[in-house]
Amino acid sequence: MRYLPLTDADRRLMLERIGVNSVDDLFVDVPASARLPGPLPTLPKHLAEFEVERIIGGLAAKNLSAGACPSFLGAGAYRHHVPASVDQLLLRGEFLTSYTPYQPEVSQGTLQSLFEFQTQVALLTGMEVANASMYDGATACAEAVMMANRITRRGNALVSGGLHPHYREVIQTMADSTGFAVQALPPTISPVEEIAENIDQETACVVVQNPDFFGRLHDFSALAEICQSNGALLVVVVTEVVSLGLIKPPGAMGADIVVAEGQGIGNALGFGGPHVGLFACKEKYVRQMPGRLCGQTVDADGRRGYVLTLSTREQHIRREKATSNICTNSGLCALAFTIHLSLLGEEGLTRLAELNHAMASTFADMIAQVPGCRVLNESFFNEFTVELPFPAAALVDKMAKVPILAGVPASRLYPDNPELENLLLVAVTELNQIQEMETFVQLLKVWL
Amino acid sequence: MNQQGRPTRPTGGNAISTQNGHGMAEPLIFEQGQEERCGVDLPPIPKFRERLSGLRREGAIGLPGLSEPQVVRHYTRLSQMNFSIDGNFYPLGSCTMKHNPRLNEKLARLPGLADLHPLQPVSTVQGALELIDLLAYWLKTLTGMPAVAMPQAAGAHGEFCGMAAIKAALAARGETRTKVLAPESAHGTNPATAAALGFVVETLPANAEGRVDLDVFKAKLGPDVAAIMLTNPNTCGLFERDMIEIAEAVHAVGAYFYCDGANFNAIVGRIRPADLGVDAMHINLHKTFSTPHGGGGPGAGPVVLSEELARFAPLPYVVRDDKGFSLVEHAKDAKESIGRLKGFHGQMGMFIRALAYMLSHGADGLWQVSGDAVLNANYILASLKDVMTASYAGPCMHEALFDDRFLKDTGVTTLDFAKALLDEGFHPMTMYFPLVVHGAMLIEPTETESRETLDGFIAVMRNLAEQAQSGNVELFHEAPRQTPLRRLDETLAARRPVLKWTKGQPK
Repeated sequence: MRYLPLTDADRRLMLERIGVNSVDDLFVDVPASARLPGPLPTLPKHLAEFEVERIIGGLAAKNLSAGACPSFLGAGAYRHHVPASVDQLLLRGEFLTSYTPYQPEVSQGTLQSLFEFQTQVALLTGMEVANASMYDGATACAEAVMMANRITRRGNALVSGGLHPHYREVIQTMADSTGFAVQALPPTISPVEEIAENIDQETACVVVQNPDFFGRLHDFSALAEICQSNGALLVVVVTEVVSLGLIKPPGAMGADIVVAEGQGIGNALGFGGPHVGLFACKEKYVRQMPGRLCGQTVDADGRRGYVLTLSTREQHIRREKATSNICTNSGLCALAFTIHLSLLGEEGLTRLAELNHAMASTFADMIAQVPGCRVLNESFFNEFTVELPFPAAALVDKMAKVPILAGVPASRLYPDNPELENLLLVAVTELNQIQEMETFVQLLKVWL
Repeated sequence: MNQQGRPTRPTGGNAISTQNGHGMAEPLIFEQGQEERCGVDLPPIPKFRERLSGLRREGAIGLPGLSEPQVVRHYTRLSQMNFSIDGNFYPLGSCTMKHNPRLNEKLARLPGLADLHPLQPVSTVQGALELIDLLAYWLKTLTGMPAVAMPQAAGAHGEFCGMAAIKAALAARGETRTKVLAPESAHGTNPATAAALGFVVETLPANAEGRVDLDVFKAKLGPDVAAIMLTNPNTCGLFERDMIEIAEAVHAVGAYFYCDGANFNAIVGRIRPADLGVDAMHINLHKTFSTPHGGGGPGAGPVVLSEELARFAPLPYVVRDDKGFSLVEHAKDAKESIGRLKGFHGQMGMFIRALAYMLSHGADGLWQVSGDAVLNANYILASLKDVMTASYAGPCMHEALFDDRFLKDTGVTTLDFAKALLDEGFHPMTMYFPLVVHGAMLIEPTETESRETLDGFIAVMRNLAEQAQSGNVELFHEAPRQTPLRRLDETLAARRPVLKWTKGQPK
């Protein structure tokens, strides 16, 4: 067995020092009825490296990868180019195979990169502080709601219909399990949502998304003021982090907490995980934040260094009084984000964002020319919603046979909602090409 | 500790540069940028009609500009300040720092798996769904449990899933139970999870043998108890001998048995939790099944469930019929589900790595994994118990627990001892956890260490113990000296939090 260094001679010698006859004797505390007589017969025996490659490679070959055909899928996960150097650096064993940096003297690599990550997230979102990551955007969002409950000592979350349905569902699960109330407004294609009207003295927070699930952009500045005057917090969600390269950040609109899905920078689609949740807020709320925080300090020789800090919020110190039960987070995905964003820098990110918007705008114009199709968005970043004259899922299935991954039918996330049945979410990134868009439009004309 | 930042060793020497020779001082990325530099090239932007409705960002973000070689060097230099399992022995108890096979990394990057969008039509991702289903089969078979919930992102997330399912099951019976029992030695996530779900946590003390005190446990058991959360092997590295009796007692009062599966590595392939009476247990794929810890994540925390709890499993899950695999994603199709716990379908990247690990080992290899993990831990226990104080008599399971009685009156603490170990090139054991013994040192060698490595570690530990007892206190108080940085002032960090770089901030 290639991963196991002990030899039979080692084992004999070691058992002798321990003073037992066999490894089985070390399991003496396990009730005999629960000890298996030998390796489980219903599982295969060990395999050579190339045999494992054959099996998993075979499973991979049964899928249509998004890179093997034109793909216009978004809805919370975006296919962007990740520079080769990002993955090469992630594969360095010092990053890949280290633990949570609890021994800071030998973890400065992880800690400094987390400090850089927190700084980048704060800059992008326009917020004062950011933590060292959450599992993903959806869980970060639910944590933001629970944090708002703690801060306001209220227990009612008002959720926009423009919030990604997975995010809304995670909030609902946490509400049902932990005991707070959610008022979720229905998804609507109307450009105006009556959210402020629903705020009352029980509202702990208002959760909105920018761009929203249908791709539309919003200025939440006025809403932020209404929230403030009602003692509620404004939580702004961003599911496409690249948009922050071009669009006014939530911090500049007066958000109290900003959460985002960071996958779009540095991380593969990966069939939905692992991704990385970004979590930022106003500094005055820092002690109510969930998750790890990295802070600057000095060492015994006065040199600058970094440690995990304010851990009295966390489960390993505070136990049942912790702000969250989170322990493991998305460390390596956060590192990928940080390295990619370092490569992009100010110029790269703003140009990347502009390119995404330009390509999406071009495609939206092309689709709008197709008789029977309507682009619903007045505004968008790199994703917009198209209304078709028939169910969008049918078009997606037809296109998949070409193969083109045409977009996400709203019905995939909102089944049994006739109002949304014909809506297709179309996302465009720097990886899409004009000729793909032309093919898409030609097919659309034929099938409509 | 030197709080004034006064140098306690010569710095600089005769070096002409400010780089401290091969020392590791590395400026922040924000201190290295130049506006005109960029590490990516992008094609020209075509003419387009702007659709931003006046919401274009005003002013600069403030990100530094660097070329690719600068970024590569920066993060390479940072990496060199990290200790890693690749580099040396990392016996961090409770964390299962085992070798991370590179085959798993290679397979997780296959475009047919890594480059899949989670919302592609299911007809285009049949292989991915089959992979999840196959991994689920392995997890169910290894635990003997009938069902497994896959989406959770980490152990604590799995705990939430399992305990929420228990809460839902109680609600379905029309019961509200308020209490959860958890041992004093439990991971912090257990009480944090139970409290988040609204339960009152009652702490179970350990008996003299480091296990649940059965009498106290039974006295606390009653109709108001929803569940017990128990780690087995427990965090003292001991198997809870009375686990079956505990399970029966829990079930007799209508409560549930949640097992924290963080220590599954000790028993994987040899003992099935189902045979011990478990109702729900999370499995940290990043521990037992060797997906890399990555400096703190990502992980994955599937939860195996009993038949009774299975119907409350979260969304989504994979099902198979004669047309192939599909996903149940919506509450309308799973009315009793606790709901969705994260975006999309789960930690696919971790699933691939864990499955590659399982296929590589097979049933015979996993049998050997738990056997060797337990053997290695007992070898350490046997080799150190004459110079250090073992908290409990052996045999232990996959980790050996010592306390600081052997350091009594030496002026050396567990922390000092750990820092001295850093100077010897080893990562310290887990310190001050579990909380049930004083100055705990929890050593988990895992099965992927050779006897030679263990012997080297044992020799160092024996030597350090002797140094402490012979009064060489300075060796410990000055430690570490060989690390990129020396002891860091954690009090300062917490008292005046600096959580990000700001322009003009002193270095």
